[in-house]
Amino acid sequence: MSDYTSDEMMTVAAARALTDGAVCFVGIGLPSTAANLARRTHAPDLVLIYESGTIGSKPATLPLSIGDGVLADSADSLVSVPEIFNYWLQPGRVDVGFLGAAQLDKYANINTTVIGDDYRDPKVRLPGAGGAPEIAASCREVFMIVRQNPRAFVERVDFVTSLGFGRGKGDREELGLRGKGPQLVITDLGVLRPDPETCELTLTHLHPGVDLATAKANTGWDLKVSADLGTTDAPTEQELSALRDLTA
Amino acid sequence: MATIAPLAQAVSQVVHDGDTVAFEGFTHLIPFAAGHEVIRQGRRDLTLVRMTPDVIYDQLIGAGCARKLVFSWGGNPGVGSLHRFRDAVQNGWPVPLELEEHSHAGMANRYVAAASGLPFAVLRGYVGTDLPKQTDNIKSITCPFTGEVLTAVPALKLDSAVIHAQRADRKGNVQLWGITGVQKEAVLAATRSLVTVEEIVDELEPRPGAVVLPSWVVDYVAEAPGGAHPSYAHDYSTRDNAYYQRWDAISKDRESFRTWLEGVA
Repeated sequence: MSDYTSDEMMTVAAARALTDGAVCFVGIGLPSTAANLARRTHAPDLVLIYESGTIGSKPATLPLSIGDGVLADSADSLVSVPEIFNYWLQPGRVDVGFLGAAQLDKYANINTTVIGDDYRDPKVRLPGAGGAPEIAASCREVFMIVRQNPRAFVERVDFVTSLGFGRGKGDREELGLRGKGPQLVITDLGVLRPDPETCELTLTHLHPGVDLATAKANTGWDLKVSADLGTTDAPTEQELSALRDLTA
Repeated sequence: MATIAPLAQAVSQVVHDGDTVAFEGFTHLIPFAAGHEVIRQGRRDLTLVRMTPDVIYDQLIGAGCARKLVFSWGGNPGVGSLHRFRDAVQNGWPVPLELEEHSHAGMANRYVAAASGLPFAVLRGYVGTDLPKQTDNIKSITCPFTGEVLTAVPALKLDSAVIHAQRADRKGNVQLWGITGVQKEAVLAATRSLVTVEEIVDELEPRPGAVVLPSWVVDYVAEAPGGAHPSYAHDYSTRDNAYYQRWDAISKDRESFRTWLEGVA
C-alpha cells in the first residue's frame, strides 16, 4: 500500500458513502471532490446537482466553483437558480445533501456565518448560508465532510446556519422538517454518526493509524464512542490513483 | 425599447447614488466591467444586492461604494474569504457595511416575488436556523388552505439591475445562455436595468435553453467584450480561476488593494 494523506483518506471514505444511482446535491470544495471521485470509481451513475442549476453534471475536470462551465456543458439539464431550489430541492427529490462546515456541534448543527457570540460584532465573519439551510432541511439525508479539530468541532455552534438535530432527538420532527438530517460525518480522523437514541454525534470508525486519544483531543466536546468502534479500510491503489488524477 | 449606449453613459443613467442595485450572475456572466465603471464614477451609499457577493462586490465594497449588502453567500468561490468584505464588516473599512443575510433559496424567491409583482414569496426555508433572528425580512406564515406553517420573505424590489449577457441585437433584445442564475428575475425586479453584452449582432440566432429578454424590459444595452472577466461568458470565454486565486493576495491587505484600485481608476 502506498502512502496517503489524511485528507485523501477523508475524501475516499466520503466517496464510498455515496451509492451508485443516488441523487446528490453537492457543495463545492471537499464534497465536490468526493462526489466526483465516487463517479469515477464505484458510482458512475451518481447524479450530481450543483446549486448553480446544473442537474446531472459529469465534469471531466474538477470544478473550482459551483458554476464552472464544465458543470453546465456536461449537465443533463440546466435550470435557473429559483428553479433548482424550488422545483428540485424543496419537494424532497434529492437523496443526499453533501456539505462542508466551518463549525459543527455535537448535534450536527452547522455554522458557516460568524465565529463569536455577537453576530453584529463577530470575531470572524464567514461566507454565510448559501444553499445549505434548505439542503440540510430538504434532502432525504445529509452527509458532511469536515476536518476535525477543536475549533471546528464544538460543544455548541456560535450560530446555527443550517440545522442538524437542534438540541437533540425530536427537534427536527417538531419543526416539521422532512429530511432525516445529518446521518454521516466524515473527517480526516474517522467517521461519526448520530446516536439513534439521542442524535448526538458518536465516533463509529477511526481511520487507519489514528488512535482514539487523538480523535478525542480534536473534538471540543466529550466525544462518545460506539461500542463496536471499527477501522476504516485504507484507500485502495485504484481509489488513490483516481483521486490523484482528479486533483492533479 | 432599450437604448444602446457606451458603457460609461449607460452606467451613469442606470446606477445612481443611494440605489438598491443588484449586479447578478451566478458564477457565470458576472458584470465586472460595469462594476468597475461604477467605481470610476464614484457611486456612493449603494445597497448592493447579490446572492453571491463574490470578487465583484469585494471590489465595490473596498472602493467605498456600498453602505449595505443584501446577500446569501459572501466568499471567493473555491478560494476562500472575501478580504475587503471582511475588513468592512469587522473593522468598518473604508466605510461601515450593514448586512442583511439570507439563504440562496430565500434570495431567489425574493427576486421571483419582485419579478412577479407580488409583495412576498413563500418557501420551506430557514426553519430552525438563527437567520430569522437577525432580520425582519424572514417571517413565518400559515397556509390558508392546509394550515401548514411556512416561511415568507418580502419581494426584493430594486432601483436598478445590472447583468452581462452573450449578445443583443440592434433593437436591444438580449440573449443569454449557459448557467442563467437569477438574471431574468433581477431585471424584472428593477425599475432601471442595464445589460452589458459580449457583442451586438444583426440577428439573435436561437440557442438551446437560452433566456431572451425583450428590448422593452431593458433600459440600456452596452457592448463590453470580455466584460464578465474574471468570470466567464459561456461559448465566449472560460472562467479565469487563476485570477480568482490571485485576488486573494491582491485583496488581503489595504495597500495592495489600493494599488489595484488605482489601476481601475
